[in-house]
Amino acid sequence: MEKRIIAGALVLGIVAVFFLFSVLLIHPFGDPGQAQMDDYIITHTQNETGTQNGVTSVVFDYRGFDTLGEATILFSAVTGVLLIFRRVRH
Amino acid sequence: MIEYIPYIGVVAMILIGLYPILFRRNLIKIVIGISIIESGVNLFLIILGYRDGGVAPIFTSLPPGTTYPEEMVLPVPQALTLTSIVIGVAVLALMLSLVMHIYRKYGTLDVQKIRRLKE
Amino acid sequence: MTKIVKTTANILFPFTMIFGLYVIAHGHLTPGGGFQGGAIVVSGCALLLVAYGSSWVFDRIKDKRLAAFESLGAIGFITIAFLGLMFSAVFFGNFLAGSGSLFGTTPATGSTLADFNTGGVLPLMNFAVGVKVIAGLFVIVLVMAYASSTKEWG
Repeated sequence: MEKRIIAGALVLGIVAVFFLFSVLLIHPFGDPGQAQMDDYIITHTQNETGTQNGVTSVVFDYRGFDTLGEATILFSAVTGVLLIFRRVRH
Repeated sequence: MIEYIPYIGVVAMILIGLYPILFRRNLIKIVIGISIIESGVNLFLIILGYRDGGVAPIFTSLPPGTTYPEEMVLPVPQALTLTSIVIGVAVLALMLSLVMHIYRKYGTLDVQKIRRLKE
Repeated sequence: MTKIVKTTANILFPFTMIFGLYVIAHGHLTPGGGFQGGAIVVSGCALLLVAYGSSWVFDRIKDKRLAAFESLGAIGFITIAFLGLMFSAVFFGNFLAGSGSLFGTTPATGSTLADFNTGGVLPLMNFAVGVKVIAGLFVIVLVMAYASSTKEWG
């Protein structure tokens, strides 16, 4: 067989072995253990933020800076697409 | 052993997405493989925040008798997954625009032929 | 496309848009928010693109104006963040929650019914992000569909 297929199969095998060995080190499914930050967020959402949606209050109030980075990524994607197709639009 | 099955599903998804990147020659198939890897990573983020027998962390009409916060699912991984999905959409749009530009210039989508037509 | 597809798209597009705007507006009460509702509205606009052809839609919608609309959403989002810095000394601070003005009341703790007047600064942020996502994704889909259907790139 070609060298390319042997190298590809070797990479796939090494990645599979690494992932399957590291699955055993994560906490079991359905039991997160220590979750003090999320417990604080759930009990104090209605007092401090004034909403009833825990996920929206995390996205826009407790972690709003990540949403600012996401808005920047959307803006740069639109700018990139408009730049690539600059000659088609005229 | 049976509590590790969702993680093994995530590993299977990442390996299935890695296969077209290594072994296929068509550019569109490589882009599809990258998109499958992104879906696997989003699934992994959601799986990390699950509590057994939990409800969604929304207070509008809870089923009666649920004690919070012991029975609610963690809300922070869901917020990070939202950001990750939007990043996946942005990267996919830019990748497909570049593939269209390459096809217009070279006339073919074969990766090994594009490598040899140096101009 | 044929007459049946055009008539179905004509009927389905207002319902999709109203449902998407409902998901954007009630982001602080039910699951949803700016990003999810924006994706719903853009799927309705993609239905219009498929039914009427991309050249027909591209001649009627100026894409430079749509890109300016997207920048307007981003400027609104940053302005609300800086207003939080000015009024409560924290970047992204929620300065409308708990006060008596627009979107001011706090809900009672526990499982309550929905009240639209709550939320603080969050519904305004939902609107800004919704406008940004709608304009941005619509411009991407429109320009890519037009570029893949013209014979030569001028």
